[in-house]
Amino acid sequence: MWALLCDFGSTFTKTRAVDLGTGEVIAAAQAPTTARSDLSEGLGRAISALDVEASGEPAVRLACSSAAGGLGMVAIGLTPTLTGEAARQAALGAGAKLLRSYSHRLTRADVAELEQLAADIVLLAGGTDGGESTIILGNARMLAASALSAVIVYAGNRQCADDAAEVLRAHGKHVEVVENVLPELGVLNIEPTREIIRQMFMRHIVHAKGLDGVQARFADVVMPTPMAVLEGAKLLAEGMARRVGWGDLIVVDVGGATTDVHSVAEGTPSQPGVVWKGLPQSRVKRTVEGDLGIRINASTIAERLRGDRKWRHHLEGLEESWIDEQAASLARTVERLPASAAERSFDAGLAAAAVDIAVSRHAGRIERYWGPDGAVRVQRGKDLSSVRSIVGTGGIFAHSEDAAGVLRAALYRSDEPDVLRPRDPRLFLDSEYAMASAGLLARAYPESALMLLERTLKETA
Amino acid sequence: MATSRPYTLILGVIGADVHVIGITILAHALREAGFNVVNLGIMVSQEEFIAAAIEVDADALLVSSLYGHGEIDAEGLRDHCREAGIGDILMYLGGNLVVGKHDFKEVESKFRDMGFDRVFPPGTLPDDVLAWLNSDLASRAARVEETP
Repeated sequence: MWALLCDFGSTFTKTRAVDLGTGEVIAAAQAPTTARSDLSEGLGRAISALDVEASGEPAVRLACSSAAGGLGMVAIGLTPTLTGEAARQAALGAGAKLLRSYSHRLTRADVAELEQLAADIVLLAGGTDGGESTIILGNARMLAASALSAVIVYAGNRQCADDAAEVLRAHGKHVEVVENVLPELGVLNIEPTREIIRQMFMRHIVHAKGLDGVQARFADVVMPTPMAVLEGAKLLAEGMARRVGWGDLIVVDVGGATTDVHSVAEGTPSQPGVVWKGLPQSRVKRTVEGDLGIRINASTIAERLRGDRKWRHHLEGLEESWIDEQAASLARTVERLPASAAERSFDAGLAAAAVDIAVSRHAGRIERYWGPDGAVRVQRGKDLSSVRSIVGTGGIFAHSEDAAGVLRAALYRSDEPDVLRPRDPRLFLDSEYAMASAGLLARAYPESALMLLERTLKETA
Repeated sequence: MATSRPYTLILGVIGADVHVIGITILAHALREAGFNVVNLGIMVSQEEFIAAAIEVDADALLVSSLYGHGEIDAEGLRDHCREAGIGDILMYLGGNLVVGKHDFKEVESKFRDMGFDRVFPPGTLPDDVLAWLNSDLASRAARVEETP
């Protein structure tokens, strides 16, 4: 029994044949992702490159996709720090590319902008259950009157869910109502929203993106790729009945357009006497840094390398003008792999800086306030200092000679003692892109998925 | 009560203050009395009070300050509420509001000027707060009904 797993990336379509009994990768191939009109061509090529003829037909065919712009979402909340943030966390946790987020009352200009953004799904939140209702109802009316064709997921105050859904449906909008992302203050509830987004992606977005041809001929496209990575991370951390998981972990995914950080950890304070403040944190959390893609944003990251003593050595011996040219050329040709020693070193430097900044933003931090009784320490965000493993995934960890060095950039920095990054985790490289494959298998074949990860993730010093 | 749902109250200790006992007792008493109580706990910033009040559509803010920095911590709260669109919200303040011995009348008038509707001295019992809340919320509800 084996599974055919496909990952449509924006540049490459990757296919894997995985033995469901052992978790072994029987064959792997990739081909450039073909034009939006016919993604199946590239996939067909990648599949025919797979050497699995002896193994017969696959037992299951599953795919994830970040092609054709990925899953584009807009999140709308009431206040930016509460339902606004809850909606953002839900959208990102569902593997979406967050195009824009809004708070408070939508203006006509906001709606005009929304229409231009052409999101696949608009997430509408606001108010706790029984709380504020006039603004979210007003926002529902604004969306109803707009030219928007996106699926609207309503995850706000349940007291006015019926009224909001009614006005949206009356204007021909497709609306799905789920439980509130913030049913009461201090209770974050994003799972129902993540699940409905996954279903909408499977049933509607795949079709809208022209992936249904692929669906019919090759494999079911079941989730966006970032969600697959997150599902893989969750399974690896939590394990299953017969297999113990790895415990709290972080997965860093360094890409050409973004750097994503996924953490599976409660993140409660590990230091005594610390007060935890702010919106509760999702145990399974994803953040996306759109300014830290090591191709698209090469120039801005290079600036950061110049300014940080810790990373400046990656630029040693490189001419200033060469750096500028190289960074600009990387942004133009995103699929390009480094050719010379200098290019490889520069690439590793860019990736290390991206990992450093992205993990720093993802991790919680300690703030000190001075009162009459001395310092009071407040934690905002997740304490990740005792996370046991970090996994690096993405091209840089497969190709770079200094992959371990790049991943070490995620660790605690003594010059930023209040940032709660991992202090002493084990480091693993996902050089075979197994995280997304494991996430695809996680529901139906969790044991195969775990065996796949245990086989392919390579520990590094 | 004039409305069909219970009144919603936001409770919290403002600033860098970590005195949790009083607010816990008050939250318990008000819940027992039938209010919908959202207790934000200790070390609550003005922004947190306001965002919480907006999301839950609160009827009143009950602000506690026990460590003597009440004046600095609560300054501008009424204006910030106005800016955030909830300028009319009922606001109470209680605790050890200033350092040292002062005539409470002076303290009270100082904080009333800052926009608090009621100011309570140390030693106030939950029943006193409850009585004022019932009366203030009822008169506000009556005022709303009179408005055409």
